[in-house]
Amino acid sequence: MIRLMNEPTFDLNQGPATTMAANPQTSAAANVRDVTAMVASRKLYSAGFITDIEADKVAPGLSEDVIRLISAKKEEPEWLLNFRLKAYRRWLTMTEPEWAHVDYQKVDYQSISYYSQPKSMKDGPQTLADVDPKLLETYRKLGIPLREQEMLAGVQNVAVDVVFDSVSVGTTFKKKLLEAGVIFCPLSEAVKSHPELVQKYLGSVVPFADNFFAALNTAVFTEGSFVYIPKGVRCPMELSTYFRINERNTGQFERTLIIAAEGSHVSYLEGCTAPQRDENQLHAAVVELVALDDAEIKYSTVQNWYPGDENGKGGIYNFVTKRGDCRGARSKISWTQVETGSAITWKYPSCILRGDDSVGEFYSVALTNHRQQADTGTKMIHIGKRTKSTIVSKGIAAGRGQQSYRGLVRVLESAEGARNYTQCDSLLIGDQCGAHTFPYTEVRNPTATLEHEATTSKIADDQLFYCRARGIGEEEAVSMIVNGFCKDVFKELPMEFAVEAQKLLAVSLEGAVG
Amino acid sequence: MLEINNLHARVEEKEILKGLNLSIKPGEVHAIMGPNGSGKSTLSNVIAGREGYEVTEGSVLFDGKNLLDLEPEIRACEGIFLGFQYPVEIPGVSNMTLLKAAINARRKHQGETEIAPNDFLAWVRDRAKLVKIDPKMLSRGVNEGFSGGEKKRNEILQMLVLQPRLMILDETDSGLDIDALKIVADGINALRGPTRATVLVTHYQRLLDYVQPDYVHVLARGRIVKSGGPELAKELEEKGYGWLEAA
Ligand SMILES: Nc1ncnc2c1ncn2[C@@H]1O[C@H](COP(=O)(O)OP(=O)(O)OP(=O)(O)O)[C@@H](O)[C@H]1O
Ligand SMILES: [Mg+2]
Repeated sequence: MIRLMNEPTFDLNQGPATTMAANPQTSAAANVRDVTAMVASRKLYSAGFITDIEADKVAPGLSEDVIRLISAKKEEPEWLLNFRLKAYRRWLTMTEPEWAHVDYQKVDYQSISYYSQPKSMKDGPQTLADVDPKLLETYRKLGIPLREQEMLAGVQNVAVDVVFDSVSVGTTFKKKLLEAGVIFCPLSEAVKSHPELVQKYLGSVVPFADNFFAALNTAVFTEGSFVYIPKGVRCPMELSTYFRINERNTGQFERTLIIAAEGSHVSYLEGCTAPQRDENQLHAAVVELVALDDAEIKYSTVQNWYPGDENGKGGIYNFVTKRGDCRGARSKISWTQVETGSAITWKYPSCILRGDDSVGEFYSVALTNHRQQADTGTKMIHIGKRTKSTIVSKGIAAGRGQQSYRGLVRVLESAEGARNYTQCDSLLIGDQCGAHTFPYTEVRNPTATLEHEATTSKIADDQLFYCRARGIGEEEAVSMIVNGFCKDVFKELPMEFAVEAQKLLAVSLEGAVG
Repeated sequence: MLEINNLHARVEEKEILKGLNLSIKPGEVHAIMGPNGSGKSTLSNVIAGREGYEVTEGSVLFDGKNLLDLEPEIRACEGIFLGFQYPVEIPGVSNMTLLKAAINARRKHQGETEIAPNDFLAWVRDRAKLVKIDPKMLSRGVNEGFSGGEKKRNEILQMLVLQPRLMILDETDSGLDIDALKIVADGINALRGPTRATVLVTHYQRLLDYVQPDYVHVLARGRIVKSGGPELAKELEEKGYGWLEAA
């Protein structure tokens, strides 16, 4: 019996294949000199403001009663409540995984509030026109267009669902999407309007007891987006969900479910921010993607949760389970992620390549600065014949950041002619960070072809000097070199996002030179 | 323009420059020759501000300002250009990106606004023609996969684009075929003028046939041991450096 999907399959008692910690002796002392000054000048996390809004928040703590309360608030059907309770009971028997290369103070699950909604949202979903102006202002500050006319004025063509703490505050362009037959709405709404779809697919990619955090999410998830693209439809615009954690001591447990029916196509973007707070906040999301025959899902993430301060105080724990199921023949799922935020990241967007000739892709840029830690990568499970996967991972560690790539390529007996290409590069900036790679492969079919390339480099002093000798300042030079390093991933992002991602990288790198 | 006085500099605890003097006025072209390892690149790097080169004594003034106090990027913005002996590759960063950032850094330093995208394109394309660099190469990564000669021509292109006032070309002529040498020389001559000065670090007379120097210096054992006119280079080509050892 092969365990197919549990995240803890990574729990192989194996050290890193390559570990490179920068060596303090090799770097010129002159480099270290500027760090202090630059750290001091680091700009504040620009999404770190708090929205002063009255919230209806459930008292901290987790119990069956709390789960029943969440379920009741969302007016959920019986089967969903039972699904939650089943997951909760299993979760109680599970232990938090410790195999990841991250080090953090364990979460006290009884001190978190599992549900928070702005008071003004209490009377259920409203139209965008009714949304609390303070909320609109929040999103305006973050640069998220919530009013359709504002968006139409620009060149963007993106429909947005916005989740504030535990609830969705509105979805734009609903009508235009409906005309195309696309369903794009908050998950809680889909439970009511399309219960058969939700019931059929929810938990079908990430089983309720898949891993500790997925089980927790299943028990308490509060919001997220639901997307259904019908047969043969190319979604007429980019879909996007924007997540924001605002309330103190709340966790965000969103759940996203995307189904692309036969021959359909969708590109989905996800963005995240949170206010700057001293205490850690938990974000444990589950994302499930299902692609049927000839369908294609492109899922892009720009994750900029609050990373904590220079000394590692505060920041989001980002413990996320993302998995795509290429259920149909010739289907394709492509993950692109730019991870610059969060104090701790634990995330492995994966593909189950079940359909013959299906294709899985994972393009990742992960950056850790100051005290951030990231353990991220992917799993490609080849089941169908001639399945193909591509992994391109770019890890950047600066400051005292710790960066691990963890990837599994598993080829089952049935996967005749499977192919994988993995490229995994790490870049170190400064002399107190570390980069590690943990590649795992399990091949049970001799016809499979696997290629693996890995490099670890430091931003070379001579590259930096070359730029400076042309008049380019140190920070700009670093950001330019890092952007060049990430180019293979950025080119996979939708245009508007690629520009954002570059800017984000520049901001996240501030104070990293050394 | 550039006044170097009794310059002592060390690398990794080893003293390389030991009391070097050199004075360069606007409009002049100086050639610096000398045996391998004598400190020519060290001198170039000290002027450009590379880290790891410690000046222990002496001074370097540029337009009367103490150059050694300035960060390398400020020196570049003030008009100093170093053509590298070994230009580095920067994968994924296109030549255009680097050039644009360099131009705009300079403009910002001078209190000007950023260059308009069309002006930038036209400006770079025209200069690329001069050094016979295919515009397609400009969208490739900086020196990424460039041949040795292409890298050197790319240095000259950057110089033409940035229009510095003091050009220090560290063996830009090494490894060039005859045609490329001519192109590089044309590039250098194109910028020759009463407000600019050039330092050519070279091992060969060849380049000096195309770019006539006003002065030729021999750098050995960490200092300028002999200076003269263009004829000195010819003499060196015939006799080598041995006869100077005694000097
Ligand atoms: N980073 C360094 N670490 C140790 N030694 C160095 C370093 N840079 C230069 N040197 C030493 O300093 C001396 C002068 O080197 P430099 O590169 O300035 O010589 P050069 O005159 O340019 O030689 P060439 O004609 O071969 O280019 C050499 O002995 C060299 O080995
Ligand atoms: Mg040299």
